[in-house]
Amino acid sequence: MANSAKPMSRALQRREDVAGYLFMLPSLVFFVGFVIIPMFICILTSLTSSNMHDPGMFGSFVGLENFIKLWQDDVFKKGLLNTFIIVLVSVPTVCAFSLWVSSAIYKLHNVALSAFRCIFYLPVVTGSVAVTVVWRWMYDNYTGILNTALKSAGIIEQNINWLGSESTALACIIVILFTTSVGQPIVLYVSALGNVDQTLVEAAQVDGATDFQVFWKVKWPQMMPTTLYILVITTINSFQCFALIQLLTQGGPNHATDTVMYYIYYTAFKLTEQAGHFGYANAMGVMLAIFIGILSAIQFRLGREK
Amino acid sequence: MKTGNSVRSKVYKAVSVVILIILALLFLFPLYWIVTGAFKPSTDIYALEPKWLPTQWVTSNFDELFNRRSAPLWELAVPFSRWFTPNHEDLYWSVGPTLPAAFRWLINTVFMSVTALILTCVTAAMAGYALAKKRFRGRAIIFALIVCAMALPKQVVLIPLLKEMDKLRLYDSLWAVILPTVGWPFGVFLMKQFSESIPGEILEAARIDGASELKTFSTIVVPMVKPGIGALAIFTFINSWNDYFMQLVMLARGNISTISLGISTLQNDTTVNMGLLMAGAALASIPIIIVFLIFQKYFTQGITMGAVKG
Repeated sequence: MANSAKPMSRALQRREDVAGYLFMLPSLVFFVGFVIIPMFICILTSLTSSNMHDPGMFGSFVGLENFIKLWQDDVFKKGLLNTFIIVLVSVPTVCAFSLWVSSAIYKLHNVALSAFRCIFYLPVVTGSVAVTVVWRWMYDNYTGILNTALKSAGIIEQNINWLGSESTALACIIVILFTTSVGQPIVLYVSALGNVDQTLVEAAQVDGATDFQVFWKVKWPQMMPTTLYILVITTINSFQCFALIQLLTQGGPNHATDTVMYYIYYTAFKLTEQAGHFGYANAMGVMLAIFIGILSAIQFRLGREK
Repeated sequence: MKTGNSVRSKVYKAVSVVILIILALLFLFPLYWIVTGAFKPSTDIYALEPKWLPTQWVTSNFDELFNRRSAPLWELAVPFSRWFTPNHEDLYWSVGPTLPAAFRWLINTVFMSVTALILTCVTAAMAGYALAKKRFRGRAIIFALIVCAMALPKQVVLIPLLKEMDKLRLYDSLWAVILPTVGWPFGVFLMKQFSESIPGEILEAARIDGASELKTFSTIVVPMVKPGIGALAIFTFINSWNDYFMQLVMLARGNISTISLGISTLQNDTTVNMGLLMAGAALASIPIIIVFLIFQKYFTQGITMGAVKG
């Protein structure tokens, strides 16, 4: 860093430029080609009537028509509502749960610590398809373990069709999403707790603070950046919840589990009467990106203020 | 007072360990259910009272999985061959004996994940080093773009990507899944974080000694960021193995399949055979779990480093 403060000679700057760009080049080819360009195409096509049957990349320009149509589309609104329910339920629970688990395990013996960390991470590694398939069986109306277990515990009397009824389907999705979301936050919190300044903790203990006070007054403020990061990644993850829905309920019953992400896919690839309506689907994608951007910005703002 | 406190905290600790163990068992349960389910005879599978353990350990589910379809051992589309063939069909390079289609799915998935891993690690290590240590002009703009793109949901750009892949004549090939994975900027970000820690003096010394840029990179930078490369490798491998959405969209025609897609097509059959599905789920998840357990130390490190200043 000390070097960069000094103005570099022209020749040296040119050398840095050439070397820098040559090292960046391979990565930039992929980044620009498969992230930046599609991003622009996404924004552009959201303003057009582009669809699968058009030979060109873009259909005809329709201005904001797609966006206006979105807000008259009840399925989209239902999907948006469901997406927000998923985010509002899963983000706080994931954060609280992983915070509690991490504070309970971070002082354990090394072997126990990594065992627990691995176990909570396993659903992520197992993969969405395998996880979904087994949960589908566990939720099954007749042969599912969940109904049997709850009946033998005396909690329910009749078998519940968990995925088939409108009142429980979304909750079922959220439960699975939860198990596949806590792994990364736990890893992050464990390392954040390990990095808390021990001298401050000891000083507080000498002053007679209880464990509870030490946690909220000393450790919690120091973990704020981690919490912020966890909030953002969990929000993004919850917004993107797709595989579970596509494999388990396909948005049903009666749109009870439709989300924006699933509806984008449905519009682009499945919708029967206007199959492959890419312009419309991309408009939804743009809206989704805007929502995520706004939410991330709010979370960062709140995090900075504290 | 003091003793009361410590007794209370001991009780709290014991209770929390018990709760943790219960939670851990709950988190392990789906995996347990996959593995035991894969070996259950169909009478157990369809029993109205689920069996905690198979009454009889059978391999009929795996037999069915492997006997459904077969494919040649080695069948890979030659990259970009669609540009040169008369009817824009891929040239396939296929040799070897025929084997169950499920193995082909596995080979495809491994090929896809390993290629994505190698390309990502090479490009990201170079770019991360440049962003961290080279003072080239335009660096700040590129880095800002990378950070913004990371917050973007990957799926949003999927439809434009699909059209692009169609134009490049790569749609419905594994490359359509691999190339966007490599483009995803998380790797560059992670490698930049790791490269920040390389002392400038060492690089300066190498320059004075007359080492070329490439030599400096390969002999000094790479060994120092090895943990980062390890983390990124395992990260990319697991992510691309499990990236169901991308595979679903890019390989929609079904000429070529991955293990995730293969299992999901088993699920769409009219009569769902749960035992068969569990066998498939076991085949898809056990290899990746083993890889994860072997390299989990790197993995933890990568997650943590990726978050610093994230």
